[in-house]
Amino acid sequence: MSLLSVENLTLQFNTDEGLITAVDDVSFTLERGEVMGLVGESGSGKSVTAKALMMLNASNAVYGGDSRITLHLDDGDVDVLALRRARDMRVVRGGAVSMIFQEPMASFAPALTIGSQMVEQLQVHTDLSKAQARELSVEMLNRVGISDASTRFNQYAFELSGGMRQRAMIAMALSTKPRLLIADEPTTALDVTIQAQVIQLMQELVKDFGMGIIFITHDLGVVAQTADKVSVMYLGRMVETGPVREVLRNPAHPYTQGLLDALPKLDDLDAPLKPVPGDIPSPLERPSGCVFHTRCDRALFDICTATVPDWSRAGRAHRVACHLNTGDYCA
Amino acid sequence: MSPISQTLISTRDLQVGFPIRKGPFQKDILKAVDGISIDIPRGAFFGVVGESGSGKTTLGRALLQAVPVTGGSATYDDGAQRFDLGTLSGAALKDYRRRAQLIFQDPYAALSPRMTVRDIIAEPLEVMGLTKTREETDARVREVAATCRLNLEHLRRFPHAFSGGQRQRISIARALVCGPRFVVADEAVAALDVSIQADILNLLKSLQRELGITFLFISHDLSVVAHTCDHVAVMYLGRIVESAPTRALFHAPRHPYTQALFSAIPSLDPDDRGRAQVLKGEIPSPTNQPSGCTFHPRCAFASDLCKRAAPEAEKDASGHMVSCHHWQDLMRTPAEASTAAPAQ
Repeated sequence: MSLLSVENLTLQFNTDEGLITAVDDVSFTLERGEVMGLVGESGSGKSVTAKALMMLNASNAVYGGDSRITLHLDDGDVDVLALRRARDMRVVRGGAVSMIFQEPMASFAPALTIGSQMVEQLQVHTDLSKAQARELSVEMLNRVGISDASTRFNQYAFELSGGMRQRAMIAMALSTKPRLLIADEPTTALDVTIQAQVIQLMQELVKDFGMGIIFITHDLGVVAQTADKVSVMYLGRMVETGPVREVLRNPAHPYTQGLLDALPKLDDLDAPLKPVPGDIPSPLERPSGCVFHTRCDRALFDICTATVPDWSRAGRAHRVACHLNTGDYCA
Repeated sequence: MSPISQTLISTRDLQVGFPIRKGPFQKDILKAVDGISIDIPRGAFFGVVGESGSGKTTLGRALLQAVPVTGGSATYDDGAQRFDLGTLSGAALKDYRRRAQLIFQDPYAALSPRMTVRDIIAEPLEVMGLTKTREETDARVREVAATCRLNLEHLRRFPHAFSGGQRQRISIARALVCGPRFVVADEAVAALDVSIQADILNLLKSLQRELGITFLFISHDLSVVAHTCDHVAVMYLGRIVESAPTRALFHAPRHPYTQALFSAIPSLDPDDRGRAQVLKGEIPSPTNQPSGCTFHPRCAFASDLCKRAAPEAEKDASGHMVSCHHWQDLMRTPAEASTAAPAQ
C-alpha cells in the first residue's frame, strides 16, 4: 500500500482581493521509499501543496470539499485534512512527517542552541528521556557528516555555515524517524559544491532510512540526481507526471519542454537560450481552459482556451494533461 | 590598435580589505579581494564565478567605487575618459558614476514600492542632473523602457504589479538610463525562475551587442556563465585561480577547483548519478586563510609544496591563466583527474 495519497486537492486563499486559487485539483500517490520530485516555478503551488500535507498553511486557506490527504501508517490511516486540534496534528508535524525548509538560517531559533532544539522536538514526538534524546541528536549530527558533533550540539545557528546548518536541519528532521520527509528547496540557498554534498547525503539517507521523500525544487538537474518520479506543476495544476527518466528524456507537456529548453546546457555552448514566452499570470487572472495556454506556442485556439485538458498516457506510468497529447489532436 | 587602448577596466594587484577587531586591542584586516589583476576589454561580457565568500561581489563593488580600494591599482578607460579608480573623488567620481552602473540580484528588494516605474527609471537622470526638462526626462525614460522591452503603460504602475522577470527589466532600465559604458550585473538572474532567466540573459546579451556596453557578470551558476560570457574568471578566497576565454575554460579546465565546480553541477541525466567529484569541506573564512595555496585543504591533489608556497599565476598565449603548482600534471591525465576520488 502506498504511503501517502492525495486526491483532488484544491486549495484557495481567502484574501481582500477575493479567493485566490493556489492548488487546483491535484492528485498523486507516494510509495514507501520513493522519492518524488515536485517541479515548477515560483507561484506554481508546489510549496503550498507540501504545506497542506502538514496543515501548515495560513488560517485563510480554504480546502476544496472533495480534497483528501491520507497518510497510510503502520498503525492506521490518518485523514490529514480532518485534523483540527494542534495536539492531533503532531503526527503530521514532525512525528510521521518531517520537513526541511529552504532557508536554514530562518528555520532555527537564533536564541536557542542547535542541541536544545533537537532535544525539544524529540521530547515532543518520542518517549525518550532528555539524556537519550541528547545521545540520539549527537549521533544524528555525526550521521549527516558534521564533524565534532558534541561541540556543534551546544552551538547556535549563527555559528554554523550554511551547508552545516542545512545538515543540522536534515539531522533534526530525521531524528524522529519520519515515514515521509518533505524537502522544500533544500539546496537552493547553497553553493554548487555544498549542494553536491547535500544531494549525496540525501541519496545515502534514503537508502538507510527508507522513507518516502517529496523533493520540491525548481532545478531539473537536482531532480534528475535525486528523484524516482517527477511531477511538474504550473499555476496550481499538475501538468505532467511520470518516472524521472521518461519525463526528462521525452517531456510530453509543452511547459516541461519549455523548462528543459530554457536551461543553459554545458555540452552545447552555442545553443540559444529559449525562454518560455511571457510571464506567469497573476493568480487573480487565472486563464480559462488549460492554464498554460497564454504562454504555450502550440496552443490551439478553441480547445485550449476553453476546456481544461484531461490526463492522457504518454508512456508507461507517464501521464500528461495536454490536449495535444490526446488522440484527436495528436501530431 | 594596441591591446591596452582597447581595455576598459584594468586592475593590477587590486586589494580590498576591511578592518576587523579580533580582541580588545587586536586589529586585523579581512582581505576580501587579495591581489587581483584583470583586463576587461571594451564591449566584453566578462564573467566572475565562485562560491559565496569568494569575494566576487566585493570585486564588482570595488570596480564601481562602492567600497574603498585598499591596495593596488584599477583604471577605467572608455576612450573618452580615463579614471584612476583608487583616487576618484568630487566631480570625477560623479562623472564615473554616470559611466559605471550596477544591476542588483533581487528585483523584489531593489525597487521602491512607493515609486512608479517611470519615477524609478527617471531617478538617476534627476539625481545626476542629466536632463533639463520633464519632457526630456520622459523621452529618455520611454526610450530606455523600449530598449528593455517594457510597455509604455507599465510606466504608470507600481512595482508590486510586476513579476520577477519584469521587475528585473525595470532594474536594468534604471541602470541603463544614464547611458553607462560599464555595467556590473551582480547575480542578476539568480533570483529568477529558469523560464524567465533565459529571457533576461538574452536581453543583457543584446544590450552588449547593440549598445556596446561592457558587462562584468557575477554569478555562482557556471552553466549561465558558460552561455553568456566571452571570458570567465574563477575566484576562490579573494584570488583568481583560473581565468580564460569561456570555451577554453569549459573544454579543458586546468585548476582542480574549477574542475570540482564543473563536476558539482547536477547532471540532467538520471543515469549519470554520483559522478560528482564532491569537494570536501567548505570555503574557509577569509580571516583565517590557509598557508600556501589557499585551496590546498580542499584539494584532492595537494602536495607539501602546496602547503608551503602560494602558486604563481601562469598565463599562456591564448590568455588562459591558471594559478596551481600541479596543473600540468593534472592535465596530462585528464581521465584520472576527473574521476579520482578525493583523497581522505
